[in-house]
Amino acid sequence: MTTTSSTRPAPPSPPDAGTTAAPRRRSRTSARWRRPNVPGGLGAGVWLVIVGVPLYFLAVTSLRASGAYLADGPMALPSSLTVGNYITVLTSQFPRYFLNNLLVTVACVAIVIALALPAAYAIVRSRSRLVSTAFSVVLLGLAVPAQAVIVPLYLMITQLRLYDSLLAIILPTSAFALPLSIVVLTSSLRDVPKELYEAITIDGAGTVRTLFSLVLPLSRSGLATIGIYTALQAWNGFLFPLVLTQDPAVRVLTLGLWDFQGQYGTNVPLVTAAVTLSLLPLLVVYLLGRRFLLAGLTAGAGK
Amino acid sequence: MSGASHVDVARPGFGWVVPALVFFALFALVPMLGLIYLSFTAYDGLNPPVWVGMQNWQALAGDQLFLDSLRLSGMLTLLSWLLQTAVALPLGVYLAGKQRTRAVLAAIFFVPQLMSGAAIAVLWGTLFDPNFGLASVLGPLVGVPDGNFIGNPSLAFYVILFVISWQFMPFHTLLYQGATRAIPESLYEAATLDGAGRWRQFRSVTVPQLRDTIITSGVLIVVGSLTYFEIVLILTNGGPGTATRILPLHMYIEGFRSFQMGYAAALAVVLLVIGTALSLVITRVTGYRQMTSQREGM
Repeated sequence: MTTTSSTRPAPPSPPDAGTTAAPRRRSRTSARWRRPNVPGGLGAGVWLVIVGVPLYFLAVTSLRASGAYLADGPMALPSSLTVGNYITVLTSQFPRYFLNNLLVTVACVAIVIALALPAAYAIVRSRSRLVSTAFSVVLLGLAVPAQAVIVPLYLMITQLRLYDSLLAIILPTSAFALPLSIVVLTSSLRDVPKELYEAITIDGAGTVRTLFSLVLPLSRSGLATIGIYTALQAWNGFLFPLVLTQDPAVRVLTLGLWDFQGQYGTNVPLVTAAVTLSLLPLLVVYLLGRRFLLAGLTAGAGK
Repeated sequence: MSGASHVDVARPGFGWVVPALVFFALFALVPMLGLIYLSFTAYDGLNPPVWVGMQNWQALAGDQLFLDSLRLSGMLTLLSWLLQTAVALPLGVYLAGKQRTRAVLAAIFFVPQLMSGAAIAVLWGTLFDPNFGLASVLGPLVGVPDGNFIGNPSLAFYVILFVISWQFMPFHTLLYQGATRAIPESLYEAATLDGAGRWRQFRSVTVPQLRDTIITSGVLIVVGSLTYFEIVLILTNGGPGTATRILPLHMYIEGFRSFQMGYAAALAVVLLVIGTALSLVITRVTGYRQMTSQREGM
């Protein structure tokens, strides 16, 4: 693509980088991308079609009448738009699934925060060897996939008589969000200077007050990260509800969508309206708090 | 070090981690031990498990569906790693630029990540519907006259591969975007002084600097594709026939449709062992754990 006379690879450590950078500071950002990146732009354009077309289809089809969809074909420009599909979905079992999803998500976030915060505080501040052993167990737990425990979990949940309850979804979902949440909180708490702990001790605070007056306020962004991470897991969870529940009364959205597709498979506009509604809450969170959402999402990548 | 103050700071003890530890052990570690036990039993989900020794394990070797599912899972893992890396890496590098158009593109590209696997499978199910979907329009243009991608044994697998990649691409693109932004500008300035063009900079600066991210993303893809199953369940249900019955789906069908839960436990052990072994091998071979600096001498 480019003709370059230099045949040696770019050395990673130019000693003169600092001196040459100074007069060129204004062009810092443009030094990297001087000319328009044609292949990059083309590639991104192709991907835009692959992502954009289904999303456009989703949004537009959900607003079309089912008859018009069948008559005009899937990609036709809609002649008239209707919210009828949304009304049909909202008067079905859908609101109940939505509420169940909300309950599961809120409960999981509450459990994970309540358990992870004291644990992370202890891991960072304790001198007990047992605590560091506990931390190793947590690290080990990062690698356990949900599939690996689903059969014994089914046995356990039925033995505990929790089958077909929201608790059957909440308990394992929270447990599986716990290791990563503890790791993320621990690393964010490590940055708190020890002088702050000393200061609050001089103030007469014990461990409990330290947790609430110092650790809690200082770990707010970490808590937001693990809260969103857990909420995403819970909101979009599929395997635990699939295997541990059956009753429509405790059905969550993901299973509800699948059910919807089976029931109204040929009524594409109705199905797309249900999918759009299930996506809406996360879309709102995304628009309001993009930064926190991204942090919660990439929490698993350990960067 | 605030002066010579020797404050006796109150420190939390082991008791503070006990609730989290017990909770996690109860729903993740205890079941994992239970899994090994169950793999030596016959268990139908209703009656108590009965010890049958090696029976499930011997059955594995003769189960052609298991061997096929293993091969399918292996292929899916390898191909999704190739596809997702080949697209997400350059895309992430491109989106690392600060231009406004790229910021807008990044925001759009991210949306699939907000959708549940179930929602994505249902959406693509309607798109791939041979009668009412986009596939009925586009199929004839790409050599599939009936538009029936999902019902075709040799194409269904690639539909699965594509949809799974569609779901996870935003996440990996985001990883590469973030990692690219963290590459020091001075490296590019030096490369520019050396006369390196954009392609040369990408090859000699960007890609080597992204090594850790390539490994992180690779491990997540490998372990993820091994255990992934809701898209396959909803989109093809393992079919047509058994053309897309990957290992986790085989386990689910054996366990929760045929109620051979002891056998399903043995399949889950295989899944767990392969997943753990693969991520160990990847991290060892690539020296990821040593966390060697990519910016030596800076």
